[in-house]
Amino acid sequence: MQTPLTDQSSCLAVVPAYNEAAMVGRVINALHREAPSVDVVVVDDGSTDQTALRAQEAGARVLRLPFNLGIGGAVQAGFKYAQENDYDYMVQVDADGQHDPSQISLLFEAMHNEGVDMICGSRFASPTGYVAPISRRTGIHIFAFLLSRLLRQSVTDPTSGFRLCNRRAIAVFARDYPHDYPEVEAVLMLHHHRLTMREIPVRMYERGGGVSSIGSGKSAYYMVKVLLALFVGLARARPVPEPGEAAPVTAEAGI
Amino acid sequence: MDNGKLQIVAILGALVLLLVVLEMVRRRRLMERYALLWMLSAVVILGLAVWKDALNVLAKALGVASPPNALFFIAVAFILLLLLHFSAAMSRMADQSKVLAQRQAILEERLRRFEAEHAEAPPARPAGRAAADDEPRTLARSSSR
Repeated sequence: MQTPLTDQSSCLAVVPAYNEAAMVGRVINALHREAPSVDVVVVDDGSTDQTALRAQEAGARVLRLPFNLGIGGAVQAGFKYAQENDYDYMVQVDADGQHDPSQISLLFEAMHNEGVDMICGSRFASPTGYVAPISRRTGIHIFAFLLSRLLRQSVTDPTSGFRLCNRRAIAVFARDYPHDYPEVEAVLMLHHHRLTMREIPVRMYERGGGVSSIGSGKSAYYMVKVLLALFVGLARARPVPEPGEAAPVTAEAGI
Repeated sequence: MDNGKLQIVAILGALVLLLVVLEMVRRRRLMERYALLWMLSAVVILGLAVWKDALNVLAKALGVASPPNALFFIAVAFILLLLLHFSAAMSRMADQSKVLAQRQAILEERLRRFEAEHAEAPPARPAGRAAADDEPRTLARSSSR
């Protein structure tokens, strides 16, 4: 398989992991095998099991968050790490084995061909045989519909975490990344910053182990929350503070 | 006369609240920025207790038939505002702790890598044990002063 990574460019794979001790080692091994030029950092989001140890044994770097921040905070730690260590690209790969590391080269190919800032692997861009639970599928399609209208381009799988970002996208997300279920809102943020994204079809596996961050019972709550975030995000004049503006996190009291 | 007693109790209560808040600020148990809201509410209670007619005037101005209802309305509105203020404060603190956690994790990883790199190299001074023994002692001495 052709690898579009040139010698000068470097790529970091960020693997957010929360209690994924059973799978994380296999994911890292697969990454080392299928994408050897990519550095791997596991963000251990306050796991109570051996996730960090397994990741270290498998040869990955590990960022150990002192407590559970949720997927948004964990992935943002990865963006910050990528930015501080001067990586050209950052690819997010889930620790549960859903994403196929051999397809990272497809993401790269698409990024080079399309010249966009973010490439998302989509389960629905073409028939790939993946069937999400009905409760989640409804939500995904609603978000997909909304984002497609807002961005005026086709977005089929806005909840996919299998993404490749370039430096500009890394800089945006290192500064500001949504909190709880960040993928959908992140697409909108990118659009607000006049950066571009495309989707490419990928295949995804069923989850290998662990528990998804989104249980079926939480789906409705998830949907309402993301919808709120989307509409509030739309109303935000400038979603991310420009240099010189008030810091998003300050010690001063608000109201 | 009952009314007079009640007024004294109300005034004392408001004064105690004010003093407790001031004392907490003095002992650094409460930050000034949060104390201001509580002092404001204590002053409002004190004002209502001292100037008995204020509530009637206020009720008339708001168009509320019964003055106690005006009091309840204002109190509930104020408490809601206070709660919103605390939700905002909590959001800010959650944000701050998130930033700190991320920083800490990144620095810890960098330190671990740094230590691993230096563990590979042979120690610069094989006789470093005596020096290492000495150093903490001097540090301890200087810090205990």
